[in-house]
Amino acid sequence: MSQIHTLTMPKWGLSMTEGRIDTWLKQEGEHISKGDEVLDVETDKISSSVEAPFSGVLRRQIARPDETLAVGALLAVVVEGEASDAQIDAVVQRFQADFVPGDGAEQDSGPAPQKVELGGHRVRYFDLGEGGTPLVLIHGFCGDLNNWMFNHPALAAERRVIALDLPGHGESGKHLQRGDLDELSQSVLALLDHLDLGRVHLAGHSMGGAVALNLARLAPARVQSLSLIASAGLGREINGGYLQGIVAAANRNALKPQMTQLFSDPGLVTRQMLEDMLRFKRLEGVDEALRQLADALASDGVQRHDLRPVVAQQPTLVLWGSDDAIIPATHVDGLPAEVAILPGQGHMVQLEAAEQVNARLLAFLRGH
Amino acid sequence: MARKISYQQAINEALAQEMRRDPTVFIIGEDVAGGAGAPGENDAWGGVLGVTKGLYGQFPGRVLDAPLSEIGYVGAAVGAATQGLRPVCELMFVDFAGCCLDQILNQAAKFRYMYGGKAVTPLVMRTMVGAGLRAAAQHSQMLTSLWTHIPGLKVVCPSSPYDAKGLLIQAIRDNDPVIFCEHKLLYSLQGEVPEEVYTVPFGEANFLRDGDDITLVTYGRMVHLAMEAAANLARQGIDCEVLDLRTTSPMDEDSILESVEKTGRLVVIDEANPRCSMATDISALVAQKAFGALKGSIEMVTAPHTPVPFSDALEDLYIPTAAKIEAAVHTVMKGRNAA
Repeated sequence: MSQIHTLTMPKWGLSMTEGRIDTWLKQEGEHISKGDEVLDVETDKISSSVEAPFSGVLRRQIARPDETLAVGALLAVVVEGEASDAQIDAVVQRFQADFVPGDGAEQDSGPAPQKVELGGHRVRYFDLGEGGTPLVLIHGFCGDLNNWMFNHPALAAERRVIALDLPGHGESGKHLQRGDLDELSQSVLALLDHLDLGRVHLAGHSMGGAVALNLARLAPARVQSLSLIASAGLGREINGGYLQGIVAAANRNALKPQMTQLFSDPGLVTRQMLEDMLRFKRLEGVDEALRQLADALASDGVQRHDLRPVVAQQPTLVLWGSDDAIIPATHVDGLPAEVAILPGQGHMVQLEAAEQVNARLLAFLRGH
Repeated sequence: MARKISYQQAINEALAQEMRRDPTVFIIGEDVAGGAGAPGENDAWGGVLGVTKGLYGQFPGRVLDAPLSEIGYVGAAVGAATQGLRPVCELMFVDFAGCCLDQILNQAAKFRYMYGGKAVTPLVMRTMVGAGLRAAAQHSQMLTSLWTHIPGLKVVCPSSPYDAKGLLIQAIRDNDPVIFCEHKLLYSLQGEVPEEVYTVPFGEANFLRDGDDITLVTYGRMVHLAMEAAANLARQGIDCEVLDLRTTSPMDEDSILESVEKTGRLVVIDEANPRCSMATDISALVAQKAFGALKGSIEMVTAPHTPVPFSDALEDLYIPTAAKIEAAVHTVMKGRNAA
């Protein structure tokens, strides 16, 4: 039984409307497997690869390098089994005739994050997928739910996945009461209660990892498993210069050297990424919240929280980039957990090596 | 995704949020309420183009319609600012500056200096600037350089809804007199604006596009024409860096010089008349401090040295265009030894 698949421009993050084709990684006639990277696409915020959601032979490259196409536009045709050129032509023609640019990119169409007031604090969360034991994604210091833009949809193909903005971050309320790790963990618990979620998988990146560990410490019955990515709370060292620098940075020249430490490829730090970070930092209350949290996390490059004893409490997956410049990958040593170090990767490994991280997470979650 | 609102709504929201936060903030100007004492004043105009619409009802007693006397109400605002209030006065068109210039030039701008730093004058004067509305010579001028010339004033000219809100909140909180120039053709421009309160600092240019070949420096509505030109030039293989000054006083000299040191080429785009303008000022700055980096002449794209014409055809010729910016870029790219 043959099947003609259309590969389309993905929507990464909430604000993407179009992408520019960089290079094709697969050529016409090549066989591709589900999950393979087929081409590189660049947006004003970030560059990444488009993965094939299906297997087959790449029969037609529609998009040309340097071309800018709307979200949902046709990039390629992939065929499982046999199909004639005429059949492919017909599919392409029908697609192009029906395609309306902007349809898939409009902010009010498709799933969107929601906001709720919990205990007097606004919390933004993005709820995708259904079924299974839900997974909650917790971003790191200075991040927001967009840090999961390459992971969230892929993970939500197999279960309900909720990403949230922690207090002081994203579009959640900026005012912190105590400004400590307990407050962050309790805010995640409050969201679980609001959504009536008894037991969940937690995945946390960096400070979000410490938030997840601490939640497991406070409420072990709520946590089915932990997935910790470049996590805080597992060792002494943390890049104190980065923490101070990112808190103090008030313009793009000060911010850029800090942000580039997060990635293995400094070219990923785009003008728009810096601008988005500055816009976040200008919001009233953010500066104070970040100062409080930076203080609560570490002092002079030494982390304040040792949450290693929590790791053995539930099945735990630990992922790290070998070249992490913020928290060293050596913190995995001796952890009673499933551990994977991704070679050549930096701190934002879930963004830079999304495919590998997603595959590891999916396999781990299926088993637990 | 952040919500989108217009430049005009962003200004209205900044005013409302600051008035809610700080009871000393009030608005005074011609028709800002919409005819005080007239029937139906709650849903009245809110300024000649409706920018302050709705505020009169939300903040009773704090949106004051003034008589048609700039010398009177601008003077009152300056006085109020010296006495602990934070007035936002509206000079309907910047062209009316002559009717209140002493209050700004010799009073508000001088107090901090003449009282040895002991006096503050937290005044904001919002005012409409710019051509393109077929409003003729007395309602279309771009007088940003006039204000920028005066020490003691801060001068702001936002190009986007995001900047308009953040810069206006910053202006209201600033302890010096701020002239806040709103381009009338931008009022309907939509853009992403956070619902939360935020400030955009003064004196920090916005890099809207990074490029290695040439630097385009501009502000206000011209930012959009520069971006349009940069997009066209990119297709011709010319990589423009576009700087939006956001504020002309203070001005972000460092960013201008940093960019020109990198690209070696400069075009300044200014909607104002060319003599003694931002265009000449920035050209002089670069000629003096980055001369060694220059690979070609500095070009200026400005209005001509004439009043703004009333005729549609002539007004269109008067205002700089993306095509004129592209032509200027090509001239600079030819380099020193060309022609």
